[in-house]
Amino acid sequence: MPEAAESIVLSRRGVEGSHTLDVYLETGGYEGLRKALAMNPEEIVAQVVESNILGRGGAGFEAGRKWSMLKKSTRRYLVINGDESEPATFKDHFLVENDPHQLVEGTIIAAYAIGASRAFIFIRGEFALGLERVQSAVNDAYKIGALGRNIFGSSFSLDLIVHPGAGAYICGEETALLESLEGKRGFPRIKPPYFPAVIGLYGEPTIVNNVETVSNLPWIVSRGGAAFKALGSGRSTGTRIFALSGAVKRPGLYELEMVKTTFRELIFSDDLGGGLYEGRSLKAVIPGGVSAPWITPDQLDLPLGQDEVAKAGSMLGSGSIIVMDDSTCMVRAAWRISRFFMRESCGQCTPCREGSNWIEKVMARIEAGAGREEDLELLMDLCDNIVPGVSWPPAQTTICVLGPSIPSSVAVGIRMFRDEFLTHIKEGGCPFE
Amino acid sequence: MSRFKDEVLQEALELVKLYPEARSATIPLCHLAQSVDGYLAPDAIEHIAELTSTTPAEVHGTASFYDMIQLHPVGRYVVGVCTNIACMLQGGYELLEAVEETMGASVGETSEDSLFTVEEVECIALCDRAPCLHVNYRYFGPLDEEGVKRLKSDLIEGRLEDEVPSHGVISRIKRSAPELIPLEEIDELRLVEDEQRSSRMAQKGGGDA
Repeated sequence: MPEAAESIVLSRRGVEGSHTLDVYLETGGYEGLRKALAMNPEEIVAQVVESNILGRGGAGFEAGRKWSMLKKSTRRYLVINGDESEPATFKDHFLVENDPHQLVEGTIIAAYAIGASRAFIFIRGEFALGLERVQSAVNDAYKIGALGRNIFGSSFSLDLIVHPGAGAYICGEETALLESLEGKRGFPRIKPPYFPAVIGLYGEPTIVNNVETVSNLPWIVSRGGAAFKALGSGRSTGTRIFALSGAVKRPGLYELEMVKTTFRELIFSDDLGGGLYEGRSLKAVIPGGVSAPWITPDQLDLPLGQDEVAKAGSMLGSGSIIVMDDSTCMVRAAWRISRFFMRESCGQCTPCREGSNWIEKVMARIEAGAGREEDLELLMDLCDNIVPGVSWPPAQTTICVLGPSIPSSVAVGIRMFRDEFLTHIKEGGCPFE
Repeated sequence: MSRFKDEVLQEALELVKLYPEARSATIPLCHLAQSVDGYLAPDAIEHIAELTSTTPAEVHGTASFYDMIQLHPVGRYVVGVCTNIACMLQGGYELLEAVEETMGASVGETSEDSLFTVEEVECIALCDRAPCLHVNYRYFGPLDEEGVKRLKSDLIEGRLEDEVPSHGVISRIKRSAPELIPLEEIDELRLVEDEQRSSRMAQKGGGDA
């Protein structure tokens, strides 16, 4: 059994009115910012580097290192990525609705640390309530002097803008997000040269941080980077929110010390996932979003750590974990994921645009019972055209990582559940219907 | 149908001012236009182009990329049912069928009474309450067929009037803050601070340097 982890970003969960300024101030709110303003920006960067917090958006890059890479131009921006759209990831949605002040405080701390000329919080347009809650929090922050000129009497001044998205998965990719924030289609930019820390918003150096990442900052500044690093293990420090969904009794958000809990414990512990429905057995788990190769029941003792999952051939990604039991049709699951990528491909790069369409078409016909045995080879060939060798981590043939994410579930599905695919083809229909 | 007028125009001008480059206000202005008309009308596209110093083609090009921006009139309520993997595992497609039946519209269509437009959407990040849907981006879940029927009557009979505004209204909380600080002022201030700090550091650490 995992020990109860210290709660950092979800510490106000279940507290009535957790989104209001009053409750936030009663529970230590804005003390991290006050402490930060008494420090030099470089000292804050040093604390965040020491904490070794890995970005919580999905790529898992060290946040402190990201900050250190910012080109020190006179004009520079901070953009918070709240465009959470990765399937089965719902942590930022919770944070913007239920602890918006924590996000705002973390954003101001980050802006001070990097010396931002202005800060933007980009929130997924569908999060209507979240947009209202964060705008209220920003309005309150101006009222109490946490934003605007001379924040809390210091020499630091900042404006913070809440910006709504309009529905496009690709805008979670940081360069697409910047394009969108500039009022354009969400087309990812090619790196190099368009690393946001060098050429970002309006061509100026820009730091893009995830909502959960900056929500940790008030705690890290208050307690120190070493206290954060004392939690977790190895490169995966601190706690992280894991979003559990699918065929489990208790789906939900669980903030856990990284690496200290295994997939098995998360899914089966009574105080966590609570196990599968009666009479069901586990078939596969999708860790870290639908780009990640699936893991099998014999891999359940893997710890929830970034490097640990990577070593096992998958990724912890956005921290979402989807459970599939023996009532799940794996062809249907893989088809639905391919359909998602088909709908969300921005269309710039041929392998992604064409590949996602063809894979979805072939997957749909197999699921509908109209597939041919050669289709399995055809699918692997289509995958190979997007990711040569269908390797993991995937080779890059496109501007962004959406394309290379497409083959994972299809290829893993065929490799792990070939018989199920063949049954669809031979019986001319889905055996689960 | 309409260009921005009166207080909505004021709001539009305020939105443009928030950004170092006017074009950044394109999407917020599309949302604003939808909050008035329920969709993005051709005249609104032209007005947004004027306000952001772009062309109608550029505004249209941006708007047409995004799922939330409707280029044609929709029902008072857009019902988006999630069928992505987490919801699918919990009956998302069955929920979609129930919604089509109950609301009287297939995916991509609007009911005859112009009340409901049904969409099949990707993950809306409410996966612990799967299967779920949104009505004008206000979230409901988990839902079964009975729940959908109740939802429909609650909407029609006005019991959700506060919770679910008409289509296009996203945030009802407006920005309330002092005038923006000019970016040049912030940049200059930082330069001065940085210089003072480094000269202090140089004095302090002078012996070791």
